[in-house]
Amino acid sequence: MSVYDQQVTRKPPISQIGAILWLRTNLFSSWINAVLTAASIYLLYIMIPPLLDWMFFNASFSFGTINFFGFDIKFSEAMATNTNCGREGACWPYIYEKLYMYTYGFYPRTETWRPNIVFGLTASLFVIFPLVKNYKYKNRVTLSLIVFYPIISYILISGGFGLLPVVETHQWGGLLLTLIIASVGIIVSFPIGVVLALGRQSELRVIKLFSTLFIEFIRAVPLITILFMASFVLPLFLEPGNNSVDKLLRALIGIALFQAAYFAEVVRGGLQAIPRGQYEAADAIGLSYFQKNALIVLPQALKISIPNIVGSSISLFKDTTLVLIIGLLDMLAMVGLTTADPYWLGRETEGYVFVTIVMWVMLYSMSRYSRKLELRFNTENAN
Amino acid sequence: MKKIILDSLGQSQHRGFNFRNLLYNNEARAFFFQIATLLIVIGLFYTAIGNLFENIEARGIQTGFTFLKNRAGFDILPFLGNYVVDYTPESPNLSVFYVGLINTLVVAFIGIILSTLIGLLIGIARLSNNYLISKLAGGYIELFRNVPILLQILFWYNLFINVFPHPKQSFSFFDLAFLNQRGLYLPKPIPEEGFLFVGIAFIIGIIAAYFIKKFYKKKHELTGIHTSTWPYTAVLIIGLPIIVYLLFGSPLQFDYAILGKFNLKGGMAVVPEFLALTFALSVYTATYIAEAIRSGIEAVDKGQKEAAAAIGLTQIQSLKLIVLPQALRVAIPPTINQYLNLTKNSSLATVIGYPELMSTFGGTVLNQVGQAVEILGMAMLVYLVISLFISLLLNYVNKKMAIQGR
Repeated sequence: MSVYDQQVTRKPPISQIGAILWLRTNLFSSWINAVLTAASIYLLYIMIPPLLDWMFFNASFSFGTINFFGFDIKFSEAMATNTNCGREGACWPYIYEKLYMYTYGFYPRTETWRPNIVFGLTASLFVIFPLVKNYKYKNRVTLSLIVFYPIISYILISGGFGLLPVVETHQWGGLLLTLIIASVGIIVSFPIGVVLALGRQSELRVIKLFSTLFIEFIRAVPLITILFMASFVLPLFLEPGNNSVDKLLRALIGIALFQAAYFAEVVRGGLQAIPRGQYEAADAIGLSYFQKNALIVLPQALKISIPNIVGSSISLFKDTTLVLIIGLLDMLAMVGLTTADPYWLGRETEGYVFVTIVMWVMLYSMSRYSRKLELRFNTENAN
Repeated sequence: MKKIILDSLGQSQHRGFNFRNLLYNNEARAFFFQIATLLIVIGLFYTAIGNLFENIEARGIQTGFTFLKNRAGFDILPFLGNYVVDYTPESPNLSVFYVGLINTLVVAFIGIILSTLIGLLIGIARLSNNYLISKLAGGYIELFRNVPILLQILFWYNLFINVFPHPKQSFSFFDLAFLNQRGLYLPKPIPEEGFLFVGIAFIIGIIAAYFIKKFYKKKHELTGIHTSTWPYTAVLIIGLPIIVYLLFGSPLQFDYAILGKFNLKGGMAVVPEFLALTFALSVYTATYIAEAIRSGIEAVDKGQKEAAAAIGLTQIQSLKLIVLPQALRVAIPPTINQYLNLTKNSSLATVIGYPELMSTFGGTVLNQVGQAVEILGMAMLVYLVISLFISLLLNYVNKKMAIQGR
C-alpha cells in the first residue's frame, strides 16, 4: 500500500515571472532587440543629463525677491541680473522678469485685470459646459454664450464705448494676442467654412465653381503669402483714405479666410459621409434647401467632422505664430523683443525653451482631447 | 387633387407666364441665385480693382512687370541659387526670382528625402515590440508635432549661431567635415575632364537595370521562373560608373576644408540657415509621415500575414509581396500631402534669412519695389504650380495603386 504525498507546487522559474519576464519580452527578446535597447539607452544617456544640467543643475535661480500674489518671497540676496547667470546653464530670472511681456505684451499694467477676467471666463466655460450637458435650457445657455462671450471679451480687452479706457491693438501682445488670434480665427472662419463647403457641394454651377476655386487656391499657397497679401495688398483694395483696418484686423482677415478653406474641406468630408437617403428624405417631406441643411444634413455632418474640426483648429493654433512675420507681437515674437533689451542680451535659448514648453503643453492637451473625441465618435459609428 | 400635386411639384398646369410659377420653379430659382452670386462677385472685384488703381496712383506705385528688368542692387546669402543663376547685385530682379525659386526647390527636395527617411524609421520604430524603442519613437512624435514649425526653425537656427562652437573649436568628423556656427564644411568635389562620362555611365546603368528588371518580370509572368535581379542592378548602377571612373584615371578631386588659425579654409560651406531650416522641416514633417506609415502598416489585416505564412512565404517575402504593397496604399497619399506641406512651410525661412522665394523675391524685392500685387501674385503662382504638380502626382499614384479587378 503506497501513500501518496501531495506534491508541493513548484514556483515558476525566476526568468518567467515579474520584472525579468517583462525585461525579456519587451527589451531583450532577441539579440537585435538587445542591441536596439542598448542603443536607445545610450541615446538617452547622451541627451538627458546635459539637458537636465542646463535646465536645473547649472541653471541660475537667483531671482532676488519675487512677488507671489502679493507676498514677497526672497530667493537670494543677489539681484536678478544677466551677469549673475552663467553661460553653461539656463537663466530663469530672465523669464521671470519678462513674464509680463510674454503674457500681455505692452498691455498697460494698470489694466491687467481685464484680460485676466477674460482668461478666467474662458477657463470657467470649460468647467460650465460639461455641467449644463443635462440642463433643460442647455441650448439657450449655449446660444447666449456664443453671442455674448465674444462681445464681453471684446469690450473688456479693447475698452472704449465710454466704459473702459481704450487699449489700442498694437499694445496687445504675448500669449494674450496668440489666444485672441486663434479664437477669433476659429470663430469667424467656421461659418464661412460651412458656407463654402455647402457651396462646393451645391448643384448650382456658378456657386460651386467659385467655392471650389477659392478653397483650392487658398489650400495651395502657404499662409505667409496670404498674410503678406492681407497686410500689403488688402489696404490697396479698400477705398482710398480708409485707414480703419489696422494691422491686427488685416492679419485676422487673412487668417480667417485661410482657415475657412481648411474648415470647408473638413465639413465637406462630413457632408459626403451623410447617406444619400437623408437628402432624399428631406426633399421628400418638402423641406426647403435651408431647412434641409439646417435641420437634417448639417447636424449630422458637423457631428461626424468634430474630431477633424478640432484637428484643424490645432493646426490654426500652431499657425498663429506666423503673425510675427508681419510684425505682430505674439508670444514667439516676444523672444526676439525681450532679448533685444540690452539688460538681457543673448538669452534667446531660454526664451525659445520657455515658449516651446508653454505651446507644447497647450497643443499636446488639445491633441489628446481630439484623440479622445475621435475614439468616442468611432465607437458610436461602429455600432 | 391632381392640381395640388402638380402645384407642389412647382410646375403648374397653367401654361404661360405667371410670376408665382416662376418663384417656385427650381430652374428659375437656380438661375436667379447663380446670377446673383455672379453679380456680387463681379461687383466686389470691380470695386476692389477700381480702388486698387486709385490707391496705386495716389501712392505713386508703378504697375506692370518692367521692374523685373531693373537692377536688383542687393546681395543674397551665397547658396546654390546664386551659383546656378550667377547672381551679382547688378543682376535684374528676375534673377532674384530664379535664385529664390531654386533655393526653395533645393530645400524642398532635400527636406522631402530626409523627412521620408526619418519618418520611415520612426514609423517602424513606433511599431517595434521593443518597449524602449517604441516609446522613444512615440515621444519623438508627440514632442515635435506639438510645437509650431516656425518656433522649431527659430530654435535650431538660434542653437546654431549662439550655442555651436566658433570655427576654431569646430566639431570635426575625421578631419573631412567640420561643423561650427558658420555652418557645415564639406569636401568640395572638383570634377575634371572625363567626369561627364561617369555621369553618363550612371544614367545608362539605371536605364539598363530598368530594362533587365522588365525582361525578367515578363519572364516570371510567362514561365513562373523567378530570377532575382538585384545583382544585375547593383553591377549596372554602382559597378559601371566605377569602372568608367577608373578607366578615365579618377577624374574627380576633392578640396578639403582645412582648419586655419581663425577660420576654415577651402572646402564647401553649407550655410547654417539652410541646415537649420532643412533640419527643422524634416524633423517636423517626419512626425506626420511616421504616423501615416504606422497607420498604413496597422491597416493591413492580420489575416493577410497569416495567409502569407500559410502558403509558405518566408518572412521577407510576406513583407515584400503581401504587407508592404497594402500598407503603402494607405500610407502614400497622406505622405505626398506632407511633401506639399513641407514645400509650403519652406516659405517660413524668411524669418532666418535663408534666401528662398518668399525671403528674397517676396521680401527684399517687395520692400524695394513696392509692387505687392505683381510680386505676391508671382510668388503665389509658383506655389500653385508646385501644388498642382503634387496633386497630379497624387492622382497618378492613387490610380496606379487602386485595387485592380474590382
